[in-house]
Amino acid sequence: MMAIQRQNIVLTALLAPVTLFLGIFFLVPLLTIALYSFLTPGLYGGVEWAFYHWNYGRIFGWADGIIEIFEPIYLTILARSLAFAALTALVCLILCYPVAFWVSRLPERWRLLFMFLITLPFFSSLIVRLYAWLLILKPTGLLNSALMATGLIDTPLEILFTPVAVVLGMVYIMVPFMFLPLYAAVDNLDRSLIEASMDLGATRAQTFRKVILPQTLPGVLGGLVIVFIPAVGNFIVPDLLGGAKGLMVGNLVEQQFLSARNWPFGSALSMIIMAVVLAVLLVSVTRAKRQGASHA
Amino acid sequence: MTALLEIRGARREFATPEGGRLAALDGVDLDVGGSEFVTLLGPSGCGKTTLLRAISGFETLNGGSIRLDGGDLTALPPFRRPVNTVFQSYALFSHMTVARNVGYALEVAGVGRAERDRATAEALEKVGLSGMGARKPDQLSGGQRQRVALARAIIAKPRLLLLDEPLSALDRNLRQQMQIELKALQSNLGIAFIFVTHDQEEALTMSDRIVVMRAGRVEQIGPPREIYRQPRNRFVAEFIGETTLFPLRITGADGAEASGVTPEGLEMRLPAHALRPGAEVTATLRPTDLQLADKGLPGVVERAVYVGADLHLTVKSLQGGRSILVTVRDGAKAPAVGQTVHLSYDPARLHVLEAG
Repeated sequence: MMAIQRQNIVLTALLAPVTLFLGIFFLVPLLTIALYSFLTPGLYGGVEWAFYHWNYGRIFGWADGIIEIFEPIYLTILARSLAFAALTALVCLILCYPVAFWVSRLPERWRLLFMFLITLPFFSSLIVRLYAWLLILKPTGLLNSALMATGLIDTPLEILFTPVAVVLGMVYIMVPFMFLPLYAAVDNLDRSLIEASMDLGATRAQTFRKVILPQTLPGVLGGLVIVFIPAVGNFIVPDLLGGAKGLMVGNLVEQQFLSARNWPFGSALSMIIMAVVLAVLLVSVTRAKRQGASHA
Repeated sequence: MTALLEIRGARREFATPEGGRLAALDGVDLDVGGSEFVTLLGPSGCGKTTLLRAISGFETLNGGSIRLDGGDLTALPPFRRPVNTVFQSYALFSHMTVARNVGYALEVAGVGRAERDRATAEALEKVGLSGMGARKPDQLSGGQRQRVALARAIIAKPRLLLLDEPLSALDRNLRQQMQIELKALQSNLGIAFIFVTHDQEEALTMSDRIVVMRAGRVEQIGPPREIYRQPRNRFVAEFIGETTLFPLRITGADGAEASGVTPEGLEMRLPAHALRPGAEVTATLRPTDLQLADKGLPGVVERAVYVGADLHLTVKSLQGGRSILVTVRDGAKAPAVGQTVHLSYDPARLHVLEAG
């Protein structure tokens, strides 16, 4: 009895700091945003403490007296952001899966070197690295000069300020986040399972589909989620590489808070992003799980 | 009768970290009959697992050939070989139910659901796991997982079943029970088993023939009794069971018996065969072939280990001081350490090794 009480006290003491930290720096801001999204925008930023539902009205199209004709522009941009993020996550997955396999078979010290290399980009500023992409992708940039010099194309490719550039930039940023959980799953995969599958007559393709993929599914899902979530809200990449067609919902939020100074509307947009991301995740993860379980 | 499996001159080399070449298989020849239980036995690193993996297709030979039913296996990938393996770690698919694990070979072969379910139930019944099909592997005990691995490997009716130290993770009682069951299953199925182990007792219990391996080579192939009674060389004699070796110089031979003397001056009698005086030979004598007697070889008990029904003695000979292993039934007259005893033996039981 005493021992259990003691254990509880120790547990409480150990968990208190993290609970407090998350409570203050995560939950309170979140609730503030939720609250602000239902308040009236102040004239010069800030909020007026009066209930106001037209923040959501602007997004979903009930009139607030300012915009007469509803255009689902915000929903379009949200849909585009989700598509970009999904594409980014998928491209990252396709790029990282074979590499994770390859790395997990390297000798120990080469593996460590590779893990170091994959974290290397974090050592320099994100803005600087994206500027480098700007220089590479622009019409007179490295990529186009190289392609034209080799005679593969005769007019420069228009990549910069297109959705392609945005997805490319996001893939570039997100690859390490995909690689690490994927690598952990692949590295944990028991090689004898692959051998057992082939021993029982499964071809390489069957072995991949029926054994390797389901066994590494937690890593795959983890990687997809960890790439997808920040990608939906990303605003730096579309800001630098996206142009008008590459605008994402993150840019909208950024503009509402920094330039338009309409905090409640920015909050409403944030809430919508959060709700949509949560819904997408719940649906895809539960479906993937069910598929993994009943897949026959 | 032609053999089911014919291995000729199998060679497999690995590069060592020092840049050298290490032969894991150094010219192995082996024939296995259609319903034979053959055990590959040897210390770790002797090449027994490499040989098994060469048969299943997970190791590529640098030389030699493997033929099954007259057809060359060497170039076939693992999934095209009509052999199945029970892995040491069982290698069960943790994301599948027991039934789906067992039916996997049929599933990937495109066998229909109804037939697959029927065969799965039958295979589970053969290993005594009826009704466990809906469970996941992590809900089973070690012994049950072992049986699932077994059922999974036999469902496709392979010509040859390979077992890579499948019992090594089980506790002693379960292991002995599984030895009996495995042997029964093998004669039931009527297919050939190749069983890898480093446990000599396991090999003696189960096998029709034992292949003793060392450093990539076959040291001796034969039935358990022959391997135990007539080891070809010192390695086999010492690896299989306990034994005492006597290096002897033959001093005389008359009729059926010869006599020899060890370097320390211990005189031993042994079967004459074709031994000539002056020849240098090594003979082995199993501990159970010596008895305590009123007269005979005098010696002092150095060590006595009680193992239940038997008493394992190490007796130091008074003539020259060679330590001799003796196993006697534990009884009222159990000798104590330090006591002087006399040992008798039947000279016919001494076995002369072909090579030292």
